[in-house]
Amino acid sequence: MIMTHKRPLSPHLQIYQPQLTSMMSILHRATGVFLSVGILVLAYWLIAAADGTETYQQAQSLLGSWLGLLLLFGWSFSLFYHLCNGIRHLFWDAGLGMDIKTAYATGKVVWVATIILTALAWVLAFSLKGGG
Amino acid sequence: MEKFRTPLSRVRLWGSAKAGSGLFVAQRLTAIALVPISLWFVASVIFFIVKADHAALVAWLQSSWNAEILILLILAMFYHGYLGVHEVVEDYVHHEVVKAITLVSMKFVIIAITVASVLAVLRIALGT
Repeated sequence: MIMTHKRPLSPHLQIYQPQLTSMMSILHRATGVFLSVGILVLAYWLIAAADGTETYQQAQSLLGSWLGLLLLFGWSFSLFYHLCNGIRHLFWDAGLGMDIKTAYATGKVVWVATIILTALAWVLAFSLKGGG
Repeated sequence: MEKFRTPLSRVRLWGSAKAGSGLFVAQRLTAIALVPISLWFVASVIFFIVKADHAALVAWLQSSWNAEILILLILAMFYHGYLGVHEVVEDYVHHEVVKAITLVSMKFVIIAITVASVLAVLRIALGT
């Protein structure tokens, strides 16, 4: 009685040609998952800061190592991408900008904004740290 | 044709209508809150935290609204991340037992690190 008719299934992923819209959708999820790993690091950093000067210095030097900086670069890029594309998603939730032409245009705007914000953040961080 | 159908027959077989919409709304509300809050955090890191030692960080958290906004960031961001990863696990983990264990573990972990992080900020802000 419950399953009297079959629900539609979409074809498998490999059948589609990669497009800007689909790649950006997958990247939204990927950056979200990566940022969730960053949540664990943020929690560790806060707990280290509460523990005292020594533990905090340890956390700071870990984050300041080349691997730490590489990860921080990844998290900053992911945050800006997820934030910009998230705003795009909120407009879609409101029913705005869902036609193909607008979806591509806003997708490109998200990329430009992400690159500018990420570059700006790192240029500012390094120039201010160098000055102080 | 559609207008002659009862509301029940329209929704039957189209899936659950339980608590999902509440989580959908929560995901979007935390997203909206996180737009200004996460930009505030990035700006704080760039303009202050990168060159602050421990004493400066403590002073920063004890002044004005910084501790409050940081706690709001923890609550909104950790919950938003939890909801997102929950959705990803639901979509891609198909083994029912593995899925259940993953989702329950995630719930315990997110609550534990949220409490620990808020407590860490409070300890610094209140100087204990």
